[in-house]
Amino acid sequence: MTVVATTPLIRVDDLHVYLGESHVLQGVSFEVPEGGVTALLGRNGVGKTTTLRAMMGLVPRRGTVTLAGEDTTRLQTHAIVRRGVGYVPEDRDVFAGLTVDENLRLAERGPNARYGLVYELFPELKQRGAQRAGTLSGGQQQMVAIARALLNDNPVLLVDEPTKGLAPLLVTDVAAALERAAELTTVLLVEQNLAVVARVAQQVVVLDMGTVVHAGPAAELLGDPDRVRALLGVAGGSH
Amino acid sequence: MLLTITGLGLGAMYFLIASGLSLIYGLMGVLNFAHGALLTVGAYATWWMSTKVDGGPGTKLLAGALFGIAVGAVLAALIELVLIRPLYRRPIEQVLVTVGLALVLNALVEAIWGFDARPFPVPSWLIDTTSILGASIPNDRFVEIAAAAVVLVGLNAFLRFTRYGLIIRAGVENRAMVTALGIDVRRAFTLVFAIGGALAALAGVLSGVYFGVVDPGRGTSLLIFAFIVVVIGGFGSIGGTAVAAVAVGLIQQYANYYASSGLGDLAVVLLLAIVLLLKPEGLAPKVAH
Amino acid sequence: MSRLRPLLVPAALLALLAVVPLLSLDIPVLFGGPLDSPGTLGLLALCLVFAGVALTYDLLFGTTGLLSFGHALYFALGVYLTTIALTKWEWGLVQTLLVVAGVGIVVPLVLGAISLRVGGIAFAMVTLAFAQAGQVLVQKNPDELTGGEEGLGLNFEPIPDFFVGVLNTRNLYWLALGYAAVVFVIVRWAVASSPGHVLEAIRENERRVEVIGLQPFRFKLLAFVLASFLATIGGVVWLFVLGTGASPQVTTASFTLTLLVMVVIGGAGTRYGALLGGFLYTLADQRLGTLSGSSTVEGLPSVLETPLSEPLFILGTLFILLVFFVPGGLASLGRRLRLLRRSAGLETR
Repeated sequence: MTVVATTPLIRVDDLHVYLGESHVLQGVSFEVPEGGVTALLGRNGVGKTTTLRAMMGLVPRRGTVTLAGEDTTRLQTHAIVRRGVGYVPEDRDVFAGLTVDENLRLAERGPNARYGLVYELFPELKQRGAQRAGTLSGGQQQMVAIARALLNDNPVLLVDEPTKGLAPLLVTDVAAALERAAELTTVLLVEQNLAVVARVAQQVVVLDMGTVVHAGPAAELLGDPDRVRALLGVAGGSH
Repeated sequence: MLLTITGLGLGAMYFLIASGLSLIYGLMGVLNFAHGALLTVGAYATWWMSTKVDGGPGTKLLAGALFGIAVGAVLAALIELVLIRPLYRRPIEQVLVTVGLALVLNALVEAIWGFDARPFPVPSWLIDTTSILGASIPNDRFVEIAAAAVVLVGLNAFLRFTRYGLIIRAGVENRAMVTALGIDVRRAFTLVFAIGGALAALAGVLSGVYFGVVDPGRGTSLLIFAFIVVVIGGFGSIGGTAVAAVAVGLIQQYANYYASSGLGDLAVVLLLAIVLLLKPEGLAPKVAH
Repeated sequence: MSRLRPLLVPAALLALLAVVPLLSLDIPVLFGGPLDSPGTLGLLALCLVFAGVALTYDLLFGTTGLLSFGHALYFALGVYLTTIALTKWEWGLVQTLLVVAGVGIVVPLVLGAISLRVGGIAFAMVTLAFAQAGQVLVQKNPDELTGGEEGLGLNFEPIPDFFVGVLNTRNLYWLALGYAAVVFVIVRWAVASSPGHVLEAIRENERRVEVIGLQPFRFKLLAFVLASFLATIGGVVWLFVLGTGASPQVTTASFTLTLLVMVVIGGAGTRYGALLGGFLYTLADQRLGTLSGSSTVEGLPSVLETPLSEPLFILGTLFILLVFFVPGGLASLGRRLRLLRRSAGLETR
């Protein structure tokens, strides 16, 4: 049976997450089509990071998360990742006590790690291989975090605010890396910087009050500044 | 000189116990109260095997020690798999289980072999003394220091050069992120527990040589000092544990001798209180579990 | 009347327990003799003392969430100071009790103020350290005061006659019962009071308490001093009940851990949990030792008999099983059974 081209790679159905007493996700449902970048947008604190963490199995969740047709809701985090998910967390979470090389080596999941691709995108990582990751700048740590996710041939990348706190020049670098990644895999990107979203994303999903309030082509939403302001509370552009 | 070497010898034993404890707490967040019991079981297993083997005390000791360390490792692995792993998300219950386990194991040892101390097979060359700088030092001290040094180097090598060592180092920093890289940390947990068990058993063997006998209370009495060493040295840090172990061993010996017997223990306890009150955050694991 | 309602059950329980020494009832297996025999009464008194002491530990651990590894220190303080004062310094009883009470407040105030500057594991370690210091001090036997490893016998002369002697065991029973009852009332009152609510809030989430503008430190110190003081009194009562004297066993970390086990077995933070745990643990510990000598156990193959001959083996195993399957302790069993019955009832409908 041939797989229909429009079958979404990721499906999230009625996702509920409680953090403490707070009902953060109240039935989030959306789809991510295969290929390219889908951006997950919303105001601060609305639950975008929590959504990614729930998909990764890092927080207890109710609902259904389907990756490439497989229900991953009951799986543990490492099992989900082994199915082919790369994760770039919001705080980068590189291991400060390990060197850059060791951080990358740890992420290897097989003999075909794509060091060529990673060093091509981030040549600095090759130079600083023996440097302890804790001594890297924020931008360099971000490179390590993204490189980790790209090292393996993951069909899915979950990327959480990769440009947060970065200088404009680095933001451009990250955006370029994301574009390159999107050629090879499907990316679900949480991002507050709408310029980056405009550049890399084809689809957008908007969260508000614990549910999805909008989903559709990126260009359509971003071309409507009033709508953008209403849904996201910011004018178009980086903050 | 005798004091220094003896202090180092004591510190060596503390290091062996404390390094396992430190790794276990650093990686798994479990305060393993059963560690002392693992030491006692290891020591008794060594003693038991030595009574079954024919030959001189050296052979008995070696055979016993190999057996005892193996028992320590296997028992620790079993404990982790059966009792600790199922309580993964319940850290308080994990600690409580180790408390109960300590009671059970110590009671078992007492039940089988009684309260009285059992003589440990110690080859005569260990009891003999060597003269260094005018002081007569029992040779067993050197063995203990050597053993601890070997373990220190070995552990560091393991942590730096092997994949599991990498996983453990990363896991001590941020366990969740390690799983987010697709690694099943639970296997590392069992490994760390087994290593801890083996090291505790080794400490048990050495304590048998040091004291000449084994008794059921050995593990518990050494465990408290090991805890102090771990807290002072920093959880999850092998180097820190080594330094703290040496410090504690030396302080204990010197204070006991120069002040009065028993004061050394007080001094160590005081040291712990001071360190904790000055740097409580610096001694907690770097990232919350 | 509704104010007194919650007091009915404990009052009835108290009345029931109070008449025990008047009953010539034989309960086999549990006790070696009828209820009004000195042996049984002595055992029951001991159980009641530990019920009370376990409850003092629960105030720290179950209610406030403070894991202390040094609670034994305050119990030992009561034991040793009383013994030394009566035996070595030859003080009168009233003077001794007053001084012990005073010391029992000042020492935890000072040590608690230091220990509570840190939290979590660090706090546990500091309390352990102080208790260790106490243990070492006792062992060192300064000025021949503490009797070191052998312990110190108690001089009975200053103690009123109605507490001395086998025939007066029932009075000791009532003393122990009184102690447990007083601890229960004080702890209940403390928990139900507004500072008590703050303590429970601290256990749940200390940050939130700070946000409200309260200083957790003061409340924790309050709980610490109260719990330690009650434990010190418990030590004095224990001394009378046991009638022999001070022994270094009560200064050890193992002793504190035993209290922890009692509280967890009974159910930490519940109303009767710690009392139940302390009572049952002591009963089991004392009786299992005797039972293991019984003919039934000796008939068992040695693989079974040997471990069963050690009460701590059984208690430790029971403890582990409880932690796994009944984490709320025995006190939560009632609730679980009700939940089970309710869900079973729903399914049959």
